[in-house]
Amino acid sequence: MDILSLFVVIPVLTITAILLLKDTRQVRLVSAFGMGLQLLMAASLVFLYLTARHAGNTDEMLFIKDYLWFKSLNIHYAVGVDGISVAMISLTSLVVFAGIFASWEVEYLRKEFFVSLILLATGVFGFFISIDLFTMFLFYELAVIPMYLLIGIWGTGPKEYSAMKLTLMLMGGSALLLVGLLGIYFNSSPNANQLTFNILEISKVVIPLPAQRLFFPLTFVGFGVLGALFPFHTWSPDGHASAPTAVSMLHAGVLMKLGGYGAFRVAIFLMPEAAHELSWIFIILTSISVVYGAFGAIAQKDLKYINAYSSVSHCGLVLFAVLMMNQTAMNGAIIQMISHGLMTALFFALIGMLYGRTHTRMINEMGGLMKVIPFLSVCYVIAGLASLGLPGLSGFVAEMTIFVGAFQHPELFYRIVTILAVSSIVITAVYILRVVAILLLGPTTNEHFEHLPDAKWFEKISVVTLIGSVAAIGLAPYWLSTMIGTSLHPVIEKIIALNPF
Amino acid sequence: MSLGTFLIMRHELLLIAAALLVLIAEIFWNPDKKRSISLFSIILFGIITIAGFLPSPAGSLFGGMYVSTGTTLLMKNILNIGVLLVFIQSVTWLKKEENSEKISEYFLLLISTLAGMDFMISAGHFLMFYIGIELATIPIAALAAYDRYKNKSAEAGIKLILSSALSSGILLYGLSMIYGTTGTLYFSEVATHFGNTNLQILGFIFFFAGMAFKISIVPFHLWTADVYEGSPVNITSYLSVISKGAALFILIIILFTVFPIIIATWQKTIFVTSVLTMTIGNLFAIRQQNLKRFLAFSSISQAGYILLGFIGGNQLGMASVIYYVLVYIFSNLGAFGVVIAISNATGKENMDDYNGLYHTNPKLSLIMTLALFSLAGIPPVAGFFGKFFLFTAAAQKGFYLLVLIAVLNTIISLFYYLLIVKAMFINKSEMPIEKFRSDFPTRFALGICVAGIVATGFASIIFEVIKNLSFGV
Repeated sequence: MDILSLFVVIPVLTITAILLLKDTRQVRLVSAFGMGLQLLMAASLVFLYLTARHAGNTDEMLFIKDYLWFKSLNIHYAVGVDGISVAMISLTSLVVFAGIFASWEVEYLRKEFFVSLILLATGVFGFFISIDLFTMFLFYELAVIPMYLLIGIWGTGPKEYSAMKLTLMLMGGSALLLVGLLGIYFNSSPNANQLTFNILEISKVVIPLPAQRLFFPLTFVGFGVLGALFPFHTWSPDGHASAPTAVSMLHAGVLMKLGGYGAFRVAIFLMPEAAHELSWIFIILTSISVVYGAFGAIAQKDLKYINAYSSVSHCGLVLFAVLMMNQTAMNGAIIQMISHGLMTALFFALIGMLYGRTHTRMINEMGGLMKVIPFLSVCYVIAGLASLGLPGLSGFVAEMTIFVGAFQHPELFYRIVTILAVSSIVITAVYILRVVAILLLGPTTNEHFEHLPDAKWFEKISVVTLIGSVAAIGLAPYWLSTMIGTSLHPVIEKIIALNPF
Repeated sequence: MSLGTFLIMRHELLLIAAALLVLIAEIFWNPDKKRSISLFSIILFGIITIAGFLPSPAGSLFGGMYVSTGTTLLMKNILNIGVLLVFIQSVTWLKKEENSEKISEYFLLLISTLAGMDFMISAGHFLMFYIGIELATIPIAALAAYDRYKNKSAEAGIKLILSSALSSGILLYGLSMIYGTTGTLYFSEVATHFGNTNLQILGFIFFFAGMAFKISIVPFHLWTADVYEGSPVNITSYLSVISKGAALFILIIILFTVFPIIIATWQKTIFVTSVLTMTIGNLFAIRQQNLKRFLAFSSISQAGYILLGFIGGNQLGMASVIYYVLVYIFSNLGAFGVVIAISNATGKENMDDYNGLYHTNPKLSLIMTLALFSLAGIPPVAGFFGKFFLFTAAAQKGFYLLVLIAVLNTIISLFYYLLIVKAMFINKSEMPIEKFRSDFPTRFALGICVAGIVATGFASIIFEVIKNLSFGV
């Protein structure tokens, strides 16, 4: 059994184990054990990967395993990773692990909840390890359906509406993506060799330009729907707000990164010529996402909605950076994916813990909580500082890299959009600090909340893991950035040929 | 013609023999033990299904009127599996008081209609094709009216026979024009003599209209909802899956072998009808409350998706159509199986009655969810693979716009399938359906459906075998 397929096998085994349990109290332990195992696997994968690279292995993808599945269509089950995938897998395993602990107190239909959550994680892991487009698409769609059940059954507020809207819009993205993928497949061999779904093989040929112009927008928008591209981001605020805590953590932290990763790995990597030609359209849309998301967050009064719009803004920044198509900006995009993933998972976890105590998410109903629940409040402040890009935490590293990379383009258009995007930092500071002030600082405003319990042990595990990772990346980003940088070479080589910036 | 060549017609001969045996059993069986005729018929049919998989020589009979190839054998085997499942699912319903006097008639009629469909698929001459269609249609109309004590059932039967008669008339009119312009009704000879004259195209259009009726393509679908609603649930499942599947099979064979000359014409026709069918089927399904009508409209839109396999005229297209019919048999019979189980236990057929079903009957809810996801095309169940291959077949010949419309329609269909999932899992109910345990045949049939839904996608050998037996224009 190859090491990469274990990332899909372990969650499936965990699910089977959960289904066979009779006692619901053991469900949580089995899930925690399974996902803890997954976290260890991810750590060892990072170690193995770095060792292999250090030993001089310069293949594009490592640990490749390839099984022929459908002979007549040349569909394979093919897996492989490079530095970027390894980073994303580590992110996912961290967030899933934290999410299991954040859901420790789910009572209603507990078994089904953890099964759906881990099924969601399976889809995500499968997506990151695949290098065959069919397999990627299969895992991509697999990740969408458990969302419906998770939000619809265990959510709050207008959960059925949010769940349906989210599912249908994300399937809409998959729909466009499917057409794009078929277009790539049927144009994958201009020299009348066999058609292929394998990303590495397709990247070696140049897909005919007219086909690229048609299928690049479809593929990019298809992934962009999940990556909160304006104007397809509207599923995000309602979806995140109505979802239960762990689901929001997973969704904003990981699923939205599927969009960014896919846009990079499939749309831009395989069709760089069209990406170069059409990038200006999408750069405008992503800049709007970044700025509009931030402004949207200012206007909200519900904590989860604030965070949801903040996620739209930050994920928009990922797509913005990816479209800049140079080494620095793309490096920044990947770091931003990881940084924001951890950060937003942290935020949603904290919001969930607050909600569990105060049973409200409206910021004007709470106040002065710093004196009442100091541990959680300090963690919230740290999360806020990471979000607005304080140096020392990962947000700064990511955003600075992105903006430096974006500014490297000398044309006026790029300079203007970069300035617009940079302005989002200020707007982010406004809503983050405002919320911190109203929520945490000053005297307590609501006497009902004067005696709330502080963080319990499982909440502390959840939160400290994430803060630790955010700080680690913020203080010592070098190892992450080199791991990503070397893996970006194949893409950058293709792009440099078109445009020296 | 020796016995050896006569046995090329093995499938149909076995079916006729089975029908006669059931008839004789009816006459001589002990009246108190009438219910075991079900078991007897199912065993007979099981033997026929298994015998179908034994290798059989290809060939033709009656001067080329009856043709048996690897492709037609595959199609007949797939239909056999479906009918076997329908039989097993019918056992419980037939045990009821009002049905206990006519058990053998039920099996006899179903076997006859299947024999008609088999003759239709193996046709090499338009007359044989027409005989097959009529032999298939008339017993089904009797079966649609099976519930003697319900007005709706009689209405369904009358609607089915009258509209079938009209469409058969139009079909014959088209065939007569084809005969008039080519001078022959043999498939192979019509193919060579066919041209592009207006009268021939008109003949083709009428022929297509007659077939479109059987497949329930818009705008020939108006009979579907009422007939499906009025018929007994088992007959509805048969109509939606087997009858439709057989018509799709013979249509693709005829389009690819008889009418390749006018491929540009029928590609346009199929484009328009496919878009209409998917869209109208989906839009109307959203509003349905009665589960039988709901599944009727859902199956109309499924036919629209299957037409995407036709449009390319390629081998991949035929393979994807045959594969999707197999997947569709498992998925739709799975969904109907749950509806039948609940209908037998409680008589309830409305979507509101399914509220909160998960809390009382979790396994049934899960089976229904799996079947609905397969119909919607969600991985990892077989429906995803089926839809993917259909879209790939259409994309191979450059029909990307059609694929785009089709995938957008899958979103609409996902919406209404999720409505049922929502009812079962999310909606709360004061009085959900009580927990009940179905008897063995129902559970066995549902088990086979679930196995089919889950395994058919991943086991690539099934698709490869089907593709090897398909052919393009």
